[in-house]
Amino acid sequence: MLKKLALAATLALAPVSGAFAAGASGHIENFDFSFEGPFGTFDQAQLQRGLQVYTQVCSSCHGMQYVPLRTLHAEDGPGMPEDQVRAYAEQFFEVYDEELEDFRPARPTDNFPANTAAGAPDLSLMAKARAGFHGPYGLGINQFFKGMGGPEYIASLLHGYTGEEKEEAGTILYENTAFPGGWISMAPPLYGDDVEYSDGTEASVEQQAKDVAAFLMWAAEPKLMARKQAGFVGVLFLTVLSVLLYLTNKRLWAPVKARAKD
Amino acid sequence: MSGIPHDHYEPSTGGEKWLHSRLPIVGLLYDTLMIPTPKNLNWMWIWGIVLTFCLALQIITGIVLVMHYTPHVDLAFGSIEHIMRNVNGGAMLRYLHMNGASLFFIAVYAHIFRGLYYGSYKAPREITWIVGMLIYLLMMGTAFMGYVLPWGQMSFWGATVITGLFGAIPLIGESIQTWLLGGPAVDNATLNRFFSLHYLLPFVIAGLVIVHIWAFHTTGNNNPTGVEVRRTSKADAEKDTLPFWPYFVIKDLFALAVILVVFFAVVGFMPNYLGHPDNYIEANPLVTPAHIVPEWYFLPFYAILRAFDSEVWVVIAANFLTGGIVDAKFFGVLAMFGAIIVMALVPWLDTSSVRSGRYRPMFKWWFWLFVVNFFVLMWVGAMPAEGIYPYIALLGSTYWFAYFLVILPLLGVLEKPLPQPETIEDDFKAHYGKSSTNDGATAATPAE
Repeated sequence: MLKKLALAATLALAPVSGAFAAGASGHIENFDFSFEGPFGTFDQAQLQRGLQVYTQVCSSCHGMQYVPLRTLHAEDGPGMPEDQVRAYAEQFFEVYDEELEDFRPARPTDNFPANTAAGAPDLSLMAKARAGFHGPYGLGINQFFKGMGGPEYIASLLHGYTGEEKEEAGTILYENTAFPGGWISMAPPLYGDDVEYSDGTEASVEQQAKDVAAFLMWAAEPKLMARKQAGFVGVLFLTVLSVLLYLTNKRLWAPVKARAKD
Repeated sequence: MSGIPHDHYEPSTGGEKWLHSRLPIVGLLYDTLMIPTPKNLNWMWIWGIVLTFCLALQIITGIVLVMHYTPHVDLAFGSIEHIMRNVNGGAMLRYLHMNGASLFFIAVYAHIFRGLYYGSYKAPREITWIVGMLIYLLMMGTAFMGYVLPWGQMSFWGATVITGLFGAIPLIGESIQTWLLGGPAVDNATLNRFFSLHYLLPFVIAGLVIVHIWAFHTTGNNNPTGVEVRRTSKADAEKDTLPFWPYFVIKDLFALAVILVVFFAVVGFMPNYLGHPDNYIEANPLVTPAHIVPEWYFLPFYAILRAFDSEVWVVIAANFLTGGIVDAKFFGVLAMFGAIIVMALVPWLDTSSVRSGRYRPMFKWWFWLFVVNFFVLMWVGAMPAEGIYPYIALLGSTYWFAYFLVILPLLGVLEKPLPQPETIEDDFKAHYGKSSTNDGATAATPAE
């Protein structure tokens, strides 16, 4: 825990609301994600890689307080075996236990811990709390075709650093092409090969950015696949019902309309 | 109950007679369901069923959501995530409720526009119209308070802006605002009372819906011609009407099923499309969002609210004439509520003796301009109040008031209406009689 706090302090993140209020939106790349479209599903291997990036990089400053650790076991999520989830929770996270009045290793029944030490926003819902795509002119057409673009925003942000920095009121700001206003107080978190993927995928900045963005989409919307399936079943059955009701209605009204010809 | 002559329920068995002489509930249901309905109703008359469905959907999903929701500033946001992650079917339940509100408003706007076009508000249906407007006002209040409950950034700041409107009332405004909020700012007390009222108002709406139905079952439905059903005899009435069951129930259910296909596609595939991303950030009184925007269904009125800034001459004049009591902010509030009040008063503002817009050649143009203007206001309400947008908003707001206060009163005098059909039966025959060969709906079934 102390190690984590120290790491967080070195990154020295300040609230970024001032820059956000500037309003000028940055450039968001329209990445392809496996979960897009009505039939899109999460790529389990990608979610696991994203979890690895989150654990080894993001979690030093960011928390994810609304996501229960046990859901890492979910089949339409990362799908980790139960014993692995338990080992993972114990190894990487500590939570404050009110009964013990002390910190203890996390269990699957806990949520990911919150992490507010560095002032970094919680990531539980980040993929739904940012819009990558807007307009045009507030008409919502881009969002209709491309989606809201939360994961695209995250991935674009993570590999949108230009390398420029400046100091403003004692805070170092980093230039970022995706961030509204262009300057963000989060230091570039990814440099390439920040983690070693066990499935042999090359851990380039873009690859890691996309993986963690996909993972955060799952974290924000863990029931995405179940929801789409329910939507599909609903559309299918209601279409059948519509056809049946159309035929019923036509037959019901036929004699009335026929009589109108007399 | 109904003024149109038709068969009433006759209890036949002993048991039915026993019940009927004590509680004529079967008769009431029979008369309600078998009400003679003009047979020429078009597809714009289906929205009532959609609205009834929405009310039921919202109440049922809402009651279950309440079982898992915690109305406290520290816990509300987390309890929504609890619903989304831990409650069985909770994500679906919440998305149905969220998007159900949007469907509710799509339906109510279509329903209101239908009433405005076909003159459904005109005598003798003024009470139906006024009750409908009350329902609409309550819907807006309920939806607004419901949007506050998840305690996201837009919940909090939306509540701050809207309750601030009451603060604009001269002299007593601030006291009213404090009383509404239960304190000096939006806080736990506000969340608690909004939660309480969000649960209460839907049942008030349900009560008013019964009054609404009672009123138009007394006068009978309007119809696309605006010509009344003949009431001279039961035989005459039957030439113009068909019983609601089964003819219109099946027709309306078909329409409802088609609409629900779209609704389920939205809920299943893009449930956050109509929402605002900022509401997935927990409320923070210290951080103001870059743009505070209400939900889409409030946007036209939000545009009217913002249109009247301190540089508009009517605002300057009002400010001068009232000695500064009516400032730009209060003027905006008056304009916003005034926009709904003039709509509620339309039965007395429209001077034309012809009911249906179908037979009013000049009215049609002004009406469709009114519809277009509604969408322009909706669009401009979502844009920042800078550049050209305030001018568009002002133009649109002016047209809104001009439509009700100038155009509708004048048209009744200036317009020369087209001839109307004698009876509903004539209209129905004109539609399905001779032209039936190119009408797909009837061509498939051979005549008698």
